[in-house]
Amino acid sequence: MSPILQGLITIVVGVGGCLGYFWLSNLLVDRVIFPARGPRIAQNIRRANAIRPWLFLLPAMLALGLYLVYPVIGSFIRSLYNRSGTEFIGLDNYSRLARSEDFRTAFLNNFLWVLVVPAASTFLGLVVAQLTDRLRWGSVAKSLIFMPMAISFVGASLIWKFVYTQDPDIGLLNAIRVGLGAAPLDPLQLPFWNNFFLMVILIWIQTGFAMVILSAALRGIPEETIEAAILDGANPFQVFFRIKVPQIMGTIVVVWTTITILVLKVFDIVYTMTGGNYGTEILPSYMMTFMFRDDGVATAVAFVIMLVVLPVMVWNIRQAHKEMR
Amino acid sequence: MSGIAGRRSGLTWAVNLTVLALVILWLVPTVGLLISSFRDRDQIGETGWWLAALPVEQAYRTRAEGEARQEGDLWVIEGSLFDTAEAQSALGEARPGIARFGTSAREPGAQDAGTEAALRDGGTLRVEPDGQYRVTTPEEPDDRGQRIYFVAATAPALTLDNYRTVLGAAGMGRAFMNTLTVTIPATVIPIVIAAFAAFALAWMRFPGRGLLIAAVVGLLVVPLQLALVPLLNLHNRIGIGQSFVGIWLAHTGFGLPLAIYLLRNYMAGLPRDIIESARVDGASDFQIFRRIVLPLSFPALAAFGIFQFLWTWNDLLVAKVFLPSSGDAQVMTVKIADDLLGSRGGDWGILATAAFVSIAVPLVVFFTMQRFFVRGLLAGSVK
Repeated sequence: MSPILQGLITIVVGVGGCLGYFWLSNLLVDRVIFPARGPRIAQNIRRANAIRPWLFLLPAMLALGLYLVYPVIGSFIRSLYNRSGTEFIGLDNYSRLARSEDFRTAFLNNFLWVLVVPAASTFLGLVVAQLTDRLRWGSVAKSLIFMPMAISFVGASLIWKFVYTQDPDIGLLNAIRVGLGAAPLDPLQLPFWNNFFLMVILIWIQTGFAMVILSAALRGIPEETIEAAILDGANPFQVFFRIKVPQIMGTIVVVWTTITILVLKVFDIVYTMTGGNYGTEILPSYMMTFMFRDDGVATAVAFVIMLVVLPVMVWNIRQAHKEMR
Repeated sequence: MSGIAGRRSGLTWAVNLTVLALVILWLVPTVGLLISSFRDRDQIGETGWWLAALPVEQAYRTRAEGEARQEGDLWVIEGSLFDTAEAQSALGEARPGIARFGTSAREPGAQDAGTEAALRDGGTLRVEPDGQYRVTTPEEPDDRGQRIYFVAATAPALTLDNYRTVLGAAGMGRAFMNTLTVTIPATVIPIVIAAFAAFALAWMRFPGRGLLIAAVVGLLVVPLQLALVPLLNLHNRIGIGQSFVGIWLAHTGFGLPLAIYLLRNYMAGLPRDIIESARVDGASDFQIFRRIVLPLSFPALAAFGIFQFLWTWNDLLVAKVFLPSSGDAQVMTVKIADDLLGSRGGDWGILATAAFVSIAVPLVVFFTMQRFFVRGLLAGSVK
């Protein structure tokens, strides 16, 4: 059977199955189990209404439980076993990681990424959002800077290969270097700095995201506060840094944390550009070097990523909780 | 900022120029890829894409052909370079102007056209810009004619050859269909499941609701990496293995937290009056959901749909793990990262074209439905 046909059947079966489930289960509860008639009609309606939310939630809860909750536990347990999964070895995988030079490189590089990428993207996004705010062609400019968000990390990496490649007839960067009279070099093999060249790719992608969100936040600032500041003689920079930025601080933090989480997940760029060579490994790509080879170590690395994300997760939940109240 | 009228024009100029510079900076890499994908593969290696509109100087080689005749005490061979066999096969009918020529492969353009070069055996070689050459030697030359290298400026060539190769021989056509096959069910199914759950979380009262919402928010940030090993093992145990069914299920699970979160926030913001009055009129929850909430939530459904579509289309990680690594199940991202970059790493035309094929659909979706996409982003991260 061709995959496309299989896909079409899946859509029909999947969507039809879901809709059928919701419709039939409702019918079953209303008509058969707790029918809204007979001597206990009031009690039956109450019971049916108590059950219904769970009918609506069941498929989602099953999928979430199986595909996101179970793996957190399953991964942790798996990380306590050896390579083939037959022998319990406690925290040996973790201590092996701690001793590994590569893991330390990956961890430190990831730390650099978390430090640089969210900061740079948020800052650039904020600057672009502010600059395009009153521009007549601002929406066109924003749309073009936002465009990389639609491009896959693999596609973006290839795009940037045409900037970084050593051959000055292909790589724009080296063409400029040669034009200025310097010898061409491979930016991706420069120790330490190559990390930053890779980060540029993610910053290029994420600036648009930050810009869109922050631009909406800037629009939401009450006009009076800005007018008052201008009447008091504030210059444009003071208006921006003293009046606008403090008012959108909450949004800036949200953007920052969202990009931080993304940074901890993206392995595509490193994988495509350097394959983790030349000291550019980060945790997600480091995990993939063990995937299919040593599940014990792979899950241990994944769990380390989870531990790093955990504080953000807790913070997110508390924020959401506050807003609901 | 009307209060700073005095300095306004200068500042406006600065702002315009800065934004223009940023936009150009942001666009240049993508433009380079697009232009490269249309260039002739020989030309890509010779000049940068930023020179694509200019003629490209390429080096060719050929041999002097024809009978040598005696002229005084010299042997002379004359003819047109374009009539020689090797030049014919490289250039066909094209007659580019010849800029330089030479006699060694190391320096194919050592002499300007129209001048005379000294040969090692005491003879001379003269090549005119129009291709006429004249070789003189003191002794009768052997059958193998004199090697001649020349540098000719060929007109800029834009072709669709790369696209033909990429979609056919390189297998991107197949990968494109695979991506499509993965993407569509993986976009549609989570929407259906999430819509019901979001409605329950937004408009039904039941114990534990707050807890569930908090759990969804928490699951939003669970790293996918954690799910790979346990789920692949699970798929293998229950017989799904690495297959399209497996990746559809995986994408559905991974997409649900965002879907529920986005849709719940949107549905919770719908006017209470409408839903209350429908309840009073005797509508059941199911009817309220289907007749009122679902149609009103269309913008949020569209926003998440675009989100999930782009995410599954662009995904590399999930496809690498949950699909077999064999050629006929590879999606485009895997095809590029694992196959083309290795086997055709130096073939820049092919790489550029493959990348462009893979980003074309997301770009179209992005530019036509940007409004929904932005709305989804805003709903997903602010509040």
